[in-house]
Formats: sequence, C-alpha cells, structure tokens
Amino acid sequence: SEMTVRDALNSALDEELARDDKVYVLGEEVGEYQGAYKITRGLLQKYGPDRVKDTPITEAGFTGIAVGSAFAGLRPVCEFMTWNFAMQAIDQIINSAAKTLYMSAGQINCPIVFRGPNGAAAGVAAQHSQCFAAWYSSVPGLKVLAPYDSEDARGLMKAAIRDPDPVVFLENEILYGQAFPVTPQVLDKDFVLPIGKAKVMREGKHVTLVSFSKMVGYCLKAAEQLAKEGIDCEVINLRSIKPLDRDTLLASVKKTHKIISVEEGWPQCGVGSEISAIMMELAFDELDAPVLRVTGAEVPMPYAANLEAAALPQIDDIIKAVKSIA
Amino acid sequence: ASPTIKVEVLPYKVHRIEAPSNVVETNVEELMGFYKLMYKMRRMEIAADMMYKAKFIRGFCHLYDGQEAVLTGIEAAITLKDSIITSYRDHCQHVSRGGSIVSLMAELMGKQEGATKGLGGSMHIYNRKNNFYGGNGIVGAQIPLGAGIALAHKYKGEPNVCITMYGDGAANQGQKYEALNMAGLWNLPAIFVCENNHYGMGTAEWRAAKSPNFYTRGDYIPGIKVDGMDVLAVKNAVAFAKAHALANGPIVMEMDTYRYHGHSMSDPGSTYRTRDEINAMRTERDPIERVKKLLLTNGVDAADLKKIDKEVKKEVDDAVEQAKLGKIPPLAWLWRNMYMAPLGAGMRGVLPDEYHVPAFDPSYKS
Repeated sequence: SEMTVRDALNSALDEELARDDKVYVLGEEVGEYQGAYKITRGLLQKYGPDRVKDTPITEAGFTGIAVGSAFAGLRPVCEFMTWNFAMQAIDQIINSAAKTLYMSAGQINCPIVFRGPNGAAAGVAAQHSQCFAAWYSSVPGLKVLAPYDSEDARGLMKAAIRDPDPVVFLENEILYGQAFPVTPQVLDKDFVLPIGKAKVMREGKHVTLVSFSKMVGYCLKAAEQLAKEGIDCEVINLRSIKPLDRDTLLASVKKTHKIISVEEGWPQCGVGSEISAIMMELAFDELDAPVLRVTGAEVPMPYAANLEAAALPQIDDIIKAVKSIA
Repeated sequence: ASPTIKVEVLPYKVHRIEAPSNVVETNVEELMGFYKLMYKMRRMEIAADMMYKAKFIRGFCHLYDGQEAVLTGIEAAITLKDSIITSYRDHCQHVSRGGSIVSLMAELMGKQEGATKGLGGSMHIYNRKNNFYGGNGIVGAQIPLGAGIALAHKYKGEPNVCITMYGDGAANQGQKYEALNMAGLWNLPAIFVCENNHYGMGTAEWRAAKSPNFYTRGDYIPGIKVDGMDVLAVKNAVAFAKAHALANGPIVMEMDTYRYHGHSMSDPGSTYRTRDEINAMRTERDPIERVKKLLLTNGVDAADLKKIDKEVKKEVDDAVEQAKLGKIPPLAWLWRNMYMAPLGAGMRGVLPDEYHVPAFDPSYKS
C-alpha cells in the first residue's frame, strides 16, 4: 500500500498520543485549524485541547513553555509552522533544551520534539525558504532528524517522541503530499527507526551520493538516469544529521572511492562541508577524487520561479557533478 | 510553640486584585529560622566575594546579598513540591532547596564535589529532586520555562505552583510578555516574581522601563507590590499568591528589593548609584537587621543571636575550606550527560581522530 508523508506523520503523532499521556502537541494552528499543513488533522477532536494546544503567534514564549514542561516530565511535540519562524525561539532550543542536561550534571533531561517544515517550499521567497539542518546539527545536546519518505516519517517521528533528548525534526513541505509505498511493518504502531543510522537507498559501486530530505528523491532520480549511461551510484539517505552516521558513509566510500553530498542548504559550513571534512580526516586514502558538494546557491531565496530553480540543486546538477568525477 | 506575634508590614500595592491584609502573624521560632537562613545566605555570598577576589572562582558570579528576604519569604510560603526557577543569581536557591554550602562553594570553585560537578558553575545550579529548575544564564529565558513548569504541574493534576524569579532588567524582555499571555490564557499556576533591585546591570529601572510599576505590567494579569526587604511581607504575599494561582491562574509579584553588591564581580556597583544610597539601604531597610530587631523586641537575647552568627560564620568558613580540598573533575567528565540516550554516537574532540562516545551517568561513578 501507499501512504503520503502527511499521513505518515499524522498517524505517528496519533499513535504516540494514544500510547503515552505525557505526550502533547502544541503550536500555532495545530488544533482548531487542524494544522497549517494538516499534519495534526483530527488530533484535537480525538485528544482534546489540553493535549493538542493552540498557541498564540509567540514562538519564543511557547517554545520556552514547551521546554519547561519537558524539564518537568511532559513530552511535548512543539510544532513550528515552518522552521523559519523558530529563529524567534532558537535561544530556547539551544540554550535551554540542548544544554540543560549537561549543565545540570545529568539531573534534568528534556524529552521534546521540535518539528515543522524546513527548507525551500515553492515560491515563498527568502524568509520562508531556509534550510536549518547545518545550524542545529552543529549543537551538542540536540539530535537532528530529516525524513525523506513515509517510512522515514513514521519511524523517525516515533523514535523522536520516545527519545529522552531534544530532537529537531526537519520536514519538507513539498514532500507532505507525496505518497510512498509502505510495508505492513512500517504501519505497525511500534515501528521505530534507530536515530543516528543512515539508510542505503540504492547500492552502487562508482560514486556515493549522500543527502537528506527531498534531495534523496533527486539523488535517486539522478542515479536512475546515470545507470542508463553505465554509472552506478550508491544513494545514502542520512535520516539522522546528528548523530551523523559516519560508519555508513565511510563504508560506502571504501567501496566507491568517490562521494558527493547533495543538500538544499547553503554551502558555507553546510552538512556537505562536514561530510567533506570527515572524508578528508578519516578516509583521505580511500578517495579517488575530491569530495564534491551540490548545495543551494549562496543567495537569499529569490521569488521568481526561474531564479528559485537556479538557486536550488536540480537533478541535472547532480548528474553534472557525478560526471565530473565518474 | 511560641506565642503568635502580629506584625504590621507595609501595605501592599495591588493591580486588578484585592490586597491581602498587611498584618502578618509569626512567632519567635519562625523568625529565628528566617534570621538563620538569611544570615547564612549573607555569609555565603560574602565568602563567595572573597573567594572570587582570591581567584578561587572563575568567570561570572552574581551575588544575592541584600535580597535575602525575597527568597526566604517565598520558601516560607511554599513547599519543596512547588517549583522554583530563577536567573543566574542562583546561589541561595541552591541552599534554600536543600543543597549544602559545601557543594555550592565546590561548584563555584569548579570541583567535582560541586552541586553540578563543576560542569555548571555559578549560574547553572539545579536540584531536580526538590523542584529547583536552576539558574539560567540568558536574561529572561527562565520566564517561559517557568510557565512551562507550571503547565506541567497543572497537566499532571498536582496542587503546586511554579515560582519564576527574574529581575527588573529581564522584566522588559519580550518573551516575558509572551509567557504571561499564555499563562493567562491557560490559567497556569504560575507566580512571576520580579525582584526589582532597581538596576539591570548598571541601568536604573527608570532608564529601561517606560513604566517601572512592574506589578502592573502583566496588564490583564493581577499584580501585587511587596516590600521585598521584609521577609514577613513576602511570606504573607506569596501565600496569598499561591492560593490565587492555584484557584485562578497567574499573578505577578514585584518585590521591592536591593542588591548590595554590583551586578556581577566585574561591577563595583558604584558608577551608576551613590554610596549614600547603598548605605541608606543597609542602615534603614536591611532584611536581616529588621528580623533581628523583631526578635530583640520579642524577648530574644542578643547573645543568642550572636551565637547563631558565630555558628553560621563557622559553618560557611568550614564549607569554604572543605570545598578548597575538593578535586578537579577528571577529563572523562567532559563526555558525560550530553544525552540521556547517547546511542553510541561518537562526539569529536579537539583532534581529527579523537571521537568520544558520551555516557549518560548522572552519578558520575563510571
């Protein structure tokens, strides 16, 4: 059967709310409006206003409230209408949620999930189109997950909610409506994916393509086309950006000896920069070509469709990058 | 039990609520307890000041002397099942919530016997078991956190409140208003305690706040202004506030108080206020002297108080000496308690091939 990423997230939230009464959802428009992107559809009706809490448009305030309630033993799922708005609350995510367990010498943990759509959507311009994967993944104390398909969405969301640490959960608006095949195992109410483990989506022997979120789909499409030309790409879906599954990346490079990172975020100090540094530090002798990065262009996101497309990696860009070292 | 003493405190100023009576009941036994706790706080902070100047303490260090009546009065009106969260000026909460002076001093000196094992320092002391959610180094960030702790009390059906303490400087932060708004909307059992010591670092309240009537600045949230130099006025008002918060939702308390020291150790505290002002506070409004006078007029022997002074001073001095003997934390502790579920992930050290698997080990025994 097939399931959209939206339904995968919705069903995961629903099942976790049913499983543990310490779990509650809060954020802007999560209740009566049914979610700005309908991820929380039906949950207010099922669990009531104490467990599906509409907040005013005050990110710093409701994020701090969510974090405080997690310190005191609840398990909030804090929705940001988009991650762009979480910049208003980034202090609470980093200084309060990520650091308190360490600062308190292990006394106060913070079991919270911060979630919402991240990165570029379509035609929403500069202030609504930023990828925050690199920002949050640089912070010790946070875990950062980015699902690609419905299997990821269900398994990682459940893992995030059950985890005792703060998890930044980066979704993608464009993927919400996409349907992916799901097995009965994925639909099990205890289907939990391991945090910190990448998934090899396609095995290959010539070049490794490593990416996360929507770009996994682009990498798979690029690999399909390249296969027709005799270039065999391995495609890795990171799933977890922190912890980063270095072992899977290193094992792949040992086989392909070439690696390209693909992300929508900006290049400087991006996720690809980290992967590139890891390869230099831990796998230099395995490399038969420089590590390449395919990234979002280093500009604020423009509005016009043609300019927007030019600012984001396209399948052709990935193919070009592969051919330059294959 | 010793006989009841009735004391008239300064009348409360109120906002959208009826003032409680300003006649407070107490007795010699309770007053002795207040005297001892406040004097302990005072001596502790003076000792911290000396240890800082002697370079046993590094970094930031914010002292509470002058403000002792606020915390002492709060603790007298609540229990350890109620929660407290505060700013970086948090040494005294550690002790009022059951922590030892040795573990405070050891923390300030970065020792493994410290309250947070030398990992938190002056601004980051916690006691989860006794519902002390810590100091917070970010001005005002504790305010929404406190509202969230209150939300958890309510969610779990507990008959408890969260006391959120912040200064007049933090009272202008935007997130305070966000937290007040939601606390009001959701009727959270939250008591927002603005300790108005009249200076946010070196900025006088009137230079930072268009309205320095902090007890009115919750707008739709009721408020009460209290003489924060009078432990009895505080105790009475907090008991009133707790009953209100449990029945009706949040309340703002403005405690009119004063810090004798500068903002932190780098501030002599004399460039933006006059020596005369500080001296006048000490001679006319000192919270410990006030209780001492009450005790003396109610038949307590001055010699008994002297004895307490001596004992407290010795307790603090001994704690300092004991803390000095503490050990520095082992390097392995660098990698403890970053995550409760570390998942075997390697965290990078300073050099490229240096990866450490962090451990969750709140006992630091492994």
